Amino acid sequence: MSEFLQLMGEYDVLGAFLVNIELTAWSALFSLLLGVLLLMMRISPVSSLRGLSRVYVEFFKNMPLTIIMVFMVLGAFAQLKLTFSDTFAKNFFWLAVTGLSLYTAAFVCESLRSGINTVPLGQAEASRALGLSFMQSASQIILPQAFRGSVAPLGNTFIALLKNSTVAAAASVATETSSLMSTMIEYHANSILLIFAIFAFGYVILIIPIGILTTMLSNKLAVRR
Amino acid sequence: MLDNYEKEPLNEATVRKSDANDKAGRPLVELRHVDKHFGKLHVLKDINLSVNQGEVLVVVGPSGSGKSTMCRTINRLETIDSGEILINGQRLPQEGKGLAMLRAEVGMVFQQFNLFANKSIIENVMLAPVKVRHMDKKKAYDLAMDLLARVGVESQANKMPSQLSGGQQQRVAIARALAMQPKVMLFDEPTSALDPEMVNEVLEVMTRLAHEGMTMICVTHEMGFARRVANSVVFMADGKILEQGTPDEFFDHPKTDRAKDFLSKILTH
Repeated sequence: MSEFLQLMGEYDVLGAFLVNIELTAWSALFSLLLGVLLLMMRISPVSSLRGLSRVYVEFFKNMPLTIIMVFMVLGAFAQLKLTFSDTFAKNFFWLAVTGLSLYTAAFVCESLRSGINTVPLGQAEASRALGLSFMQSASQIILPQAFRGSVAPLGNTFIALLKNSTVAAAASVATETSSLMSTMIEYHANSILLIFAIFAFGYVILIIPIGILTTMLSNKLAVRR
Repeated sequence: MLDNYEKEPLNEATVRKSDANDKAGRPLVELRHVDKHFGKLHVLKDINLSVNQGEVLVVVGPSGSGKSTMCRTINRLETIDSGEILINGQRLPQEGKGLAMLRAEVGMVFQQFNLFANKSIIENVMLAPVKVRHMDKKKAYDLAMDLLARVGVESQANKMPSQLSGGQQQRVAIARALAMQPKVMLFDEPTSALDPEMVNEVLEVMTRLAHEGMTMICVTHEMGFARRVANSVVFMADGKILEQGTPDEFFDHPKTDRAKDFLSKILTH
């Protein structure tokens, strides 16, 4: 117990978790926006947009996240001079958010697409038959129902995002949990199991409520037909 | 089952009104040499059809004869391979705003009702007038309530579609289509998905609509309705129109063997 208190006193574990939560929150927001855009392209009547969305999703779905994160630092930042801030930590934080968002958007698009499949074709036909445009029928009828039908897969995508946020270490975000864990293990090799346990339980405590919330929302929002 | 209908001919006033409106002497809906394939299957073979204003056309025929497909080509829910479809003398636009505007003029009622599951009954009816016709919400609400009252479901206005019976849902679907003040209404087997005791309430609404002078194209298996309400009956089989005539001609004196066979199968039980 004293060992635990000593570790918690010496290192800012909660602060590190907070960094991961921030990474996750921003990436969730941006990947959701990008994912919806990709989905609209995917279901649009314009075939080039459909193709573009498909290529994007296939590319990012099949690309390891670590490669994307390393590219954000060595490619996007070092070579292409993509810079968000002059402050070192801030800059890499946003580079990591960009990488996570680009990656997660592909999965958000796929989750929402599984939701689209729960919307009967007749809903789109009825809205077209009434003279609604593609954008109107998407925003009024199809997407609201698709969202409600894809709460569970979206929840899983965001749980994966929270866990994936630890890969931000590869984008030089030094304050997040997996970086801190490595540091702690380096200096307290005799407490290695305890250190693992601290971080493992931290994530379990964060993720279980998301799972419960997802299940509740999924039942509550389900579209009755 | 259909005995409670008054058998009355389409009233004189309606016929006169439609003649007056039909300025160019053109039919309201016209199909010329329409062909369509689903892959190798030739579903519509050289379909020629015209429907005048105020006319009620009933399309009958065995399943798979292409009657639903034909009905769906009229507002381009199905595309066609060749031929042309004219509404009010205008060729059906291919895509975009023109097509959307045309669809707004053509009301459609589906077999599966297709009420918007994420909207309440009143919202279902208000949506298109507000979004497509840019009607203000108050006016759209009044219009919607009026239409719901006409089809007898005004007390359900704030419920969700899934809380209504099939017959009620289909009547709401009719009100939703009417809210766009369409020039013609398409009915694609509107009673086929209903429990038997709910068929009548929907047919009653359709009959009333016909008597009010609405131009209607109905694909249906309700022969009683066809006989009582139709001005003209079209018999389709294997993607072709085999017969067209008044209900009395068709039901009492079918010309083709295919039609005789079809009628003997459905009218003798």
